Amino acid sequence: MDLYAEEILDHYKNPRHFGHLEHPTLTYHDSNPFCGDEITLELKIEDNKIVDAAFSGHGCAISRAAASMMIDEIIGKPLSELKEWTKDEILDLLGIEVGPVRMKCALLPLKAMKVAVWGLADETEER
Amino acid sequence: MIQTEATLPAIRRNGLELDVERIRADFPILQRQIRGKPLVYLDNAATSQKPLAVLDAMERYYRETNANVHRGVHTLSEEATAQYEAARGKVAAFIGACCPKEVIWTRNATEALNLVAYSWGRANIKRGDRILLTEMEHHSNLVPWQILAAESGAELDFVPMTDDGLLRLDHLDRLLTPRTKLFAFTAASNVLGTLNPVKEMTAAAHKAGALVLVDACQAVPHMPVDVQDLDIDFMAFSGHKMLGPTSIGVLWGRRELLNAMPPFMGGGDMIREVHLRESRWNELPWKFEAGTPAIAEAIGLGAAVDYLQEVGMDAVHAVERELTGYAYERMAPIEGLKILGPGPEKRGGLISFVLGGAHPHDIAAALDSMGIAIRAGHHCAQPLHECYGIPASARASFYLYNTKAEVDALIAGLQKIAEYFGV
Repeated sequence: MDLYAEEILDHYKNPRHFGHLEHPTLTYHDSNPFCGDEITLELKIEDNKIVDAAFSGHGCAISRAAASMMIDEIIGKPLSELKEWTKDEILDLLGIEVGPVRMKCALLPLKAMKVAVWGLADETEER
Repeated sequence: MIQTEATLPAIRRNGLELDVERIRADFPILQRQIRGKPLVYLDNAATSQKPLAVLDAMERYYRETNANVHRGVHTLSEEATAQYEAARGKVAAFIGACCPKEVIWTRNATEALNLVAYSWGRANIKRGDRILLTEMEHHSNLVPWQILAAESGAELDFVPMTDDGLLRLDHLDRLLTPRTKLFAFTAASNVLGTLNPVKEMTAAAHKAGALVLVDACQAVPHMPVDVQDLDIDFMAFSGHKMLGPTSIGVLWGRRELLNAMPPFMGGGDMIREVHLRESRWNELPWKFEAGTPAIAEAIGLGAAVDYLQEVGMDAVHAVERELTGYAYERMAPIEGLKILGPGPEKRGGLISFVLGGAHPHDIAAALDSMGIAIRAGHHCAQPLHECYGIPASARASFYLYNTKAEVDALIAGLQKIAEYFGV
């Protein structure tokens, strides 16, 4: 079961930034119909930078760890840089070989983040 | 379907007991190693493996007989046509159809269900009519009816389920209204394993004046099925789940219903006469078989039926029940493991489950690393999973070539996963 490195299991069991932000600037929801995984990504943006982020939903170890690790990484980064992210950044973070079947799981958080920072997500109203 | 003692093959030891080692030797793929471990194939509800008899029949057809059917006057075409139609006869006898012309070849069960929705449905379903389904249907017996309902203005109703995965048949009286034209339901759930009482449900539908369409994908491969005894009107199933190849499925229908239905697709083979502005249709079953069909696949399915007939469907059913009962008993005590659906006595040869905090995909990936193939996801039954408030489940499904040792391997794997994910 070496598919799951210790670090991935740790992020799966104790995900960082799991939950909701007080006043997110952007909220984006995406799902993977193949396995029923769902993610809601909330971003707080100031001066074209991510100042805080959170995710919620349910998913497998790979998609959850990818979300948790990705958010660790994107806080503090300018949108211009995040717009250039590709799957390589996520796969580097995960640090494991991801086969074609699980690639969608690994990249679901990235897809949500990219759609959000490219401004395609609805701006969240004050809650 | 019933065999006399004299014709019992050697794979039947005595009574219903099978010589599983002999059966396994007929399936070359079962010799494979997966990630350095012997393959344990427990994804039979998705598709079954194929015996040599099927592989050989298809190869022999391409090597020796290949020609188009129903067209040529040459020897090969005659032989191909004879083999192709003989396969239809085998399937007809296998399911107790009155005659081969009631067996329509389709690409798969999905196409068979769509054929009824498009052909019978468009001709017979009007605004205000109702179609009764159940909450445990596979997407293929749900989406075609959603499309038909949207087109025609008909309404869909659903038989609800109990918490342990049985249909609430006490609601049938209310749900079978005078406007209900069709009751379409699965004989056996591909997620819960529930075996539905087809005969009882059919009698209730007929009493209310509705026709009955049975999705038998998880029934025909696993137990004796006799369409006349069940008294149903249509039945759909696929070849690849019953030892046959992919791309061949079956719609069986009562011939008077099929005769009265308009064609599904237009083209060659389904016509008797074609003029520039109008045509006349061919007779059954070819009216519904436009274009060059899956000839080798039909012949392959015929060989699969021969194989199953030789083993005996009562024996196949018995071996699956035993494996399922054994697996159920051993899985239930695993900490954090929850089995979906009814107890072993009311289910077919599959068990779907969730395991604490381990996502079904992670369970399947971890088992794969041990050489064990199971299914994870919503198994094309998303509404059913919504009913139970879970996004997905894992499913182990058995067939005649599986063994208790393989169930033991599954159990050992699940125990390891439960430990690893700390459920």
